[in-house]
Amino acid sequence: MLTSQSIGRRAALRAAAAVSVLAAPRTLRAQPAAIRIGILQPVTGALAQDGELGRLGATLAIDALNAAGGIKSLGGAKIEMVFADARSSPEAATQEVERLQAEGVSAIVGGFASPICLAASQAASRYDLPYIVDVGVADSIVSRGLTNTFRFAPGFGSFTSVAIANLAALIAASGKPVKTVVLVHEDGLFGAGLAKLMNAELPKIGLEVLETIPHPTPSRDMANVALRIRALNPDLVIPSSYYNEFVLLARTMQQQRIRPKGIYAVLNGAASNYRFVKEFPEAANLVMDCNHWFNPNNPLALTVKKQAEAAGKFMAYNVPLNYSCVGLVADAIERAASPDRAKIIAALNTSTFAGHIMPYNATKFVGGQNQGAIPVNLQVQDGDIKVIFPEAVASAKPIFPVPA
Amino acid sequence: MYTPAIVAEAMVNGLLTGAVYALVALGLTLVYGVLHIINFAHGALLTCAMFAVWAASELLGINVYLAIPPLALIFLALGYALQRFVIGPASRGDDANTLLVTLGLSIAIENALLAAFKSDTRTLSGDAAFDVVELGPMLLSRPRLIGFAVALVVALLLWALLRRTDSGKAIRAVAREKMGASLMGIDVRHIYALTFGIGCACLAVAAGLLLPTFYVTPRVGQAFVLVAFTIVVLGGMGSVAGALLGGLLIGVVESLGGLLLGESLGQAGIFVIFILVLLLRPTGLFGARA
Repeated sequence: MLTSQSIGRRAALRAAAAVSVLAAPRTLRAQPAAIRIGILQPVTGALAQDGELGRLGATLAIDALNAAGGIKSLGGAKIEMVFADARSSPEAATQEVERLQAEGVSAIVGGFASPICLAASQAASRYDLPYIVDVGVADSIVSRGLTNTFRFAPGFGSFTSVAIANLAALIAASGKPVKTVVLVHEDGLFGAGLAKLMNAELPKIGLEVLETIPHPTPSRDMANVALRIRALNPDLVIPSSYYNEFVLLARTMQQQRIRPKGIYAVLNGAASNYRFVKEFPEAANLVMDCNHWFNPNNPLALTVKKQAEAAGKFMAYNVPLNYSCVGLVADAIERAASPDRAKIIAALNTSTFAGHIMPYNATKFVGGQNQGAIPVNLQVQDGDIKVIFPEAVASAKPIFPVPA
Repeated sequence: MYTPAIVAEAMVNGLLTGAVYALVALGLTLVYGVLHIINFAHGALLTCAMFAVWAASELLGINVYLAIPPLALIFLALGYALQRFVIGPASRGDDANTLLVTLGLSIAIENALLAAFKSDTRTLSGDAAFDVVELGPMLLSRPRLIGFAVALVVALLLWALLRRTDSGKAIRAVAREKMGASLMGIDVRHIYALTFGIGCACLAVAAGLLLPTFYVTPRVGQAFVLVAFTIVVLGGMGSVAGALLGGLLIGVVESLGGLLLGESLGQAGIFVIFILVLLLRPTGLFGARA
């Protein structure tokens, strides 16, 4: 039984090989050469959860573009993904950029974390290889004068100014006295930098920072942080941490019955993550965040959300950002009508790409930064994540302060 | 500064966390004491155990605490088999090889878990994690109190096992003098594997106690291993009592350090202790052998 089956399989394989050899010349003539795009994401190591979501967004975008007929100015050339694992480290990302260069990609999209984006875009710049940053918010990414590097999403400076302006508006609208704040932040480049800015800016809108509590990543325990918050009893808690630490903090605060008037996160890993909302609805309820988010009024965004959920993933911001960034590159290649890198970079510089699913203003790159990119404010309401600012794309009114 | 009530609560929190640290360290210290190898796969095996607990609770619907005894037995067998059929034969009797084999094993396990479970963070659902016990002004987490009690009982059981049973005596004999034990008719390979198995069983218990208030990802074990190494050095390599006291001490130092100096510096306290112990008392608090 086993033998006859394996002979059958071998024969079938041989037949298939013969057919494909015969068919090959014809397909080559009919199909223009595929355009290769490098997708660089950390899918192993500490950032793997984010990297997988980024890969999903890029995959969905490439599938959609190919299904819609590929690059029309190149005779319907298909887009081919060349995936590279940044392994959660800048060194590995740099190596992978070398490999992508060797594989002849026309552009690279991704990176996720700021250190990876910094290193990878620099490595790509040596080959004048267009590099589109998906998430990395460090302002230095676009201030180094690299002509190959483009960031579609907003940067750090933009996030802090918008977050503080929106917070001031939120407090004014609530009509309630909100005076004191405790900052909780992870002690790396991102959290510490943000806390420093917050310490300088919050007093200007009349808020007193009672204490700034740093914590390492990973943290095994948030009991002490919660204890200190309980002792200080602030009106507002502003956390900036990665996913696991914020989940621990929010759970511990709930357990310790700490109920400030609001939790207002900035670029938090969990506060606008569907997984957190689904798994800990009570701890997540009414938490606010200033972050990247898709446009809830864009039908295509909702389709992508459904596709992401069908793939067993949540629609975290990585998905729509990578979806949009791949679209941005495809649009540039379409207008450049060439896989030539210099032409693609020129096309990106004049891009007015509107086919994205972010709630952004008109796309316009200045020095590699998209001027139309804006952060949004989100709030967990009724087990869902709602956009509360800016009003033009808002899907709900803010609930602040948290009802007792 | 902080009120005494808060400092007291931080200390109690530290003790509760420290007991589970101690349990992780117990497995490590036992394997070191008997096999004289540093088991680099300890963290990965802890992660493995945490995933097993998660699966038992979320996929099979077994209560976490009821899942601990069968999982401890499964991990006992697993550890036994690992040492007997993988680590032992692959290292060919050379301690340096064992080090590399366990390191390789940890990489293999972590990536297998990554392939199987992806990188998502998983937690136990349900509200049990939020239960608190009010003790005067303190709000103590019930799962942690349970963890503390169970960890103490397990340490006591382990101590009794080593002191009172024949297997325990054989383990201690092998730890002290491998050749002599072998000449007395003790099957050293069996004792090695048994010790490794007991170490893994400790991890399974620790995993069951940790998960109600913690999360699991394929890399989570690493967060505990460095602390466990410190505890082993502090308590004395191979000492059960040392691991227990060391764990409690490290828990309190971490907690108070975190409260007074900030969470980032609080962790530094652990490693200051590590360095001081190495400088002043290299055998640790309870270590007899140099």
